[in-house]
Amino acid sequence: MKNFTLDIDADGIALINWDMPGKSMNVIDEVVLEEMDDLIKKVACDEAIKGAVITSGKKAFGAGADLTFLQKMMGEYETVKAKDEQKAAQMLFDGAYRLNQSLRTIEAGDKPWVAAINGTALGGCFEITLACHARVMTDAESATVGLPEAKVGLLPGGGGTQRVSRLVNPQDAMQMLLQGKAHRPTKAKQLNLIHEVVPAADLIERSKQLIRDGLKAKAPWDEKGFKAPLNLWSPAGVQMMSAGNGLLRKETYGNYPNAINIMKCVYEGLQLPFDTALKVESRYFAHTLSTPEAKAMVRTLFVNMQELNKGARRPDVGANKVKKIGVIGAGFMGASIAYVSAKVGIDVVLIDRDQDAADKGKAWSEDTLDKAIKRKRSTEEKKAALLDHITTTTDYASLSDCDLIIEAVFEDKGIKKTVTEQTDAATSDNCIFASNTSTIPISELAKASKNAEKFIGIHFFSPVDKMMLVEIIMGDQTGDEALAMAIDYVLAIKKTPIVVNDTRGFYVNRCVMRYLNESWNMLVEGIPVPMIDNVAKAAGMPVGPLTLNDAVAIDLSQKVIKQTIADLGEDAIDPRHVKLVNMMVDDHGRIGKKAGKGFYDYPPKPAKAKLWPELKEMFPQQDAEDVSVQDIKDRFLYTIAMEAARTVEEGVVSDIREADVGAILGFGFAPYTGGPLSFIDKVGLAAFEKRAKELAKQYGDHFKPTKLISEMAKKGETFYGRFGEQLKSAA
Amino acid sequence: MADAYIYDHVRTPRGRGKKDGSLHEVTSNALATGVLENIRDRNELDTTLVDDVVFGCVDPVKEAGGDITRTAVLQAGYDESVPGVQLNRYCSSGLDSVNFAAAKIMAGVDDVAIGGGVESMSRIGIGAAGNAWPMDPSAALPSYFVPQGISADLIATQYGFSRDDVDAYAVESQKRAAKSWEEGRFKNAIAPVKDVNGLTILDHDEHMRPSTDMQSLASLNASFAMMGEMGGFDGVSLQRYPQLEEVNHVHHAGNSSGIVDGSGAVLLGSEKGGKSMGLKPRARIKAFTNIGSEPNIMLTGPVSVTEKLLKQADMKVEDIDLFELNEAFASVVLRFMQAFEIPHDKINVCGGAIAMGHPLGATGAMILGTVLDELERRDQNTALITLCVGAGMGTATIIERV
Repeated sequence: MKNFTLDIDADGIALINWDMPGKSMNVIDEVVLEEMDDLIKKVACDEAIKGAVITSGKKAFGAGADLTFLQKMMGEYETVKAKDEQKAAQMLFDGAYRLNQSLRTIEAGDKPWVAAINGTALGGCFEITLACHARVMTDAESATVGLPEAKVGLLPGGGGTQRVSRLVNPQDAMQMLLQGKAHRPTKAKQLNLIHEVVPAADLIERSKQLIRDGLKAKAPWDEKGFKAPLNLWSPAGVQMMSAGNGLLRKETYGNYPNAINIMKCVYEGLQLPFDTALKVESRYFAHTLSTPEAKAMVRTLFVNMQELNKGARRPDVGANKVKKIGVIGAGFMGASIAYVSAKVGIDVVLIDRDQDAADKGKAWSEDTLDKAIKRKRSTEEKKAALLDHITTTTDYASLSDCDLIIEAVFEDKGIKKTVTEQTDAATSDNCIFASNTSTIPISELAKASKNAEKFIGIHFFSPVDKMMLVEIIMGDQTGDEALAMAIDYVLAIKKTPIVVNDTRGFYVNRCVMRYLNESWNMLVEGIPVPMIDNVAKAAGMPVGPLTLNDAVAIDLSQKVIKQTIADLGEDAIDPRHVKLVNMMVDDHGRIGKKAGKGFYDYPPKPAKAKLWPELKEMFPQQDAEDVSVQDIKDRFLYTIAMEAARTVEEGVVSDIREADVGAILGFGFAPYTGGPLSFIDKVGLAAFEKRAKELAKQYGDHFKPTKLISEMAKKGETFYGRFGEQLKSAA
Repeated sequence: MADAYIYDHVRTPRGRGKKDGSLHEVTSNALATGVLENIRDRNELDTTLVDDVVFGCVDPVKEAGGDITRTAVLQAGYDESVPGVQLNRYCSSGLDSVNFAAAKIMAGVDDVAIGGGVESMSRIGIGAAGNAWPMDPSAALPSYFVPQGISADLIATQYGFSRDDVDAYAVESQKRAAKSWEEGRFKNAIAPVKDVNGLTILDHDEHMRPSTDMQSLASLNASFAMMGEMGGFDGVSLQRYPQLEEVNHVHHAGNSSGIVDGSGAVLLGSEKGGKSMGLKPRARIKAFTNIGSEPNIMLTGPVSVTEKLLKQADMKVEDIDLFELNEAFASVVLRFMQAFEIPHDKINVCGGAIAMGHPLGATGAMILGTVLDELERRDQNTALITLCVGAGMGTATIIERV
């Protein structure tokens, strides 16, 4: 057997050790499934075996299904479906049901199985343990158990929806299943997910002891008179389930078939005998796999994100171990860049013009950690260690041995030029210099550098400690060493890098601007004001554009508009936008949330933000009955998708995976679509082009299909078909 | 097609639908039996003439389960040849039962039939029958399920009724109901509920609070705000009505229909049936119909069904002398009045369910009787009876005196 070993001890207890060769993590793939079947048979048939303990030879127990294996299944489904839809569906169901059936043979067999959970067990791997008659878990606090399938568009199809809903109280069960929440050992025991928590060293012995002590080979639901924690048709059950449906629609807007299918599995499954319930779960799992949403989410949020997180875009130059960086400018951005770097053990020199300012920047880390300690998310030791990594100074000479310098000073070309020159004077020729600018072209800033090859953009998003995306911007002359260093650094701080070429707004902000612009168009057109944010959210955006605009500040929008006009001329901006933004900022002082008033009024909490009532007076409101909700949804999704396509066409984005991953991580573009380019692919290029033309006719030229879109529509291509082949895998 | 006539109607008084309500001790089948006995006895009805009995019941489980109508027919000592059927269209079941019986007469199938309904909300409990609509994600999510209280508040929000508007309506309902009782307007319809010894258990509607005023209502908290927030239902309605910024919660126990126990029956027949019974017809069922409408706002069906019915009967709003719209929630009636510009003195003139209560399966039959008595008292001719219905439906009937 390739992945497992089986040793029978003197008591007749088989110890199954799962240790996949050449992998850092155990995952479920086709071979594992086959070998598991053999193991289950062996345990069942070998009379010398009294019971089995299954554990892992890796640090973690296992990560779940190998999603590339699932992706293959989904691919095969599409191929077969083209010829025979029924056969394709049967294939998916058979594949899904197979795992459920094998795990059920463990559970319904007459020999006791114990899962010795030696580390994190997620997804399908946790489901294997759930089919065992007892679960003993290490007390290592880093270990968690959970079912994260919902997060990538899937559902726990190895019995997870049925076993968790029969073990755990309804509220926590739904949270685990729908939000993919994982739990540490103590909490997992409280929730009834596992039976015992023991020190790692005692794990196997304790597991075997349970068998020696006569552990019954019977799941609770196979006992007579079993009652699930949720009694569906009791008054409490009715309230729980109907509110569950309400919250599910409220939160997902019906956009996620996997989440709805999870709910259906629980509702229907709890009313069935266990074996039938598993079959129903497999039906919904197969259905989930057949949806375009699952396909898109697995591709973007798992496979492609993993590739980027492994450095798929890294040029083939020597690896850098980032040990020390300099951060210039200790404002909010600089301070939080220092924080996320020190958090992973990188030494940070934090510089500002005066010592006080630099110290204030470091104090931000201290405050952040104090808050985390209060919420039991950190400890005094961790805080001390992190703060130890940050040195504050005003002296550029301290930068001499840094691997990388990140400049996060005020957005002013002059100031940035001085900083670049001062840094150049203090550092070696090999040092890489990065600017965190969000508005000024990198190639222009690079002019101040003694070595434009070593000059690059590293664009963080605010708040830095929460946002998982970092945009790396290549100037005209930026070289491979600078790119490699930037990627190595971003990966070191555990964020996802995308690499884009120099342009106004780079990638993410260009898309975000389209989103805001469209909401301004709607305001001016008199779309009933609440519809703008409400329908944007229904389209899948996490935050409505007016709320987002208030959060990033309307006076910032005004600055960007002014700068664009200064650089590109009056025609570059829609005069209606200029008028609207000037009216908000100049006439009414409504600059955004920071001032307590923007498109919304922000009364002191706990009162909720409310739309500024004047808005509907300023723009004569259309009758809601006459406004097409579908048009509003399409306008938001299409204007962003078209912009993403433009960036590909212009060569700003050269790897389509980055456009999709970047849009979801950067501003939450409707995750169920798998990103803007996946969205276009799903609609189909011809249909997208046709709809875009309709929108252009009614709502403006910015919807006009680009040359590339029209060309691809004509040829019947897709983005992943045309550009997918050439994508590079991580080394 | 034959005409269907109304020959008589009776109802029980409505008991508070709680354990301390007067009718809590009376079984559901006994409530139904009582009105069947009463309508037989006061008309000296030869029950072998009755072709069918149709009763509405919204939670037909336990003692109300099986076929409660046949149970009551037998219990009341009707001839064994009389069949019975129970139907359910939520809140309009009682009116639908009358329409169903009328339809059989109009089709020439039956000559004498009884329509009506029964609900012991104190004994069975609202929702006891179970329902996949809120529970099953396959049904709830695509149709934007929310509980009715949210829908009622959504109507108030969408059509601009303030808390004061709905409260003022409720105060008026209480006043009208009290006055109607004082003047004995319900006297002829009420069949007091009696015990095994013939002792009276209840002879009046006990849910009424005639002293209700704006001030006393103002002290009540909105009932559905918490549910709207915690159950995500406000969010669901805003998805269906994205032009609204929030749901304005204005309804509470004081401006919503009361939970009560009760039963009602309407005796119907063709001309021939009337002759065989030896009774004079009091009114004719002129027209009736049903509709389905948007299920999230759910309770605007009376508007849609009235539009459909007026068109079907080739009538105008002005042709109707009195309207009777079940007061499920104040906003339902206010929206109806707004849509058709109906003055308040032509609708629910004797008060309604806010004051007297809404025994779900029975109400439709009860309010049809109420408005018929009132037409006679005022010597007017035509009335339209309608109810809002769960899951976004509407039922309406037009009657005219003969």
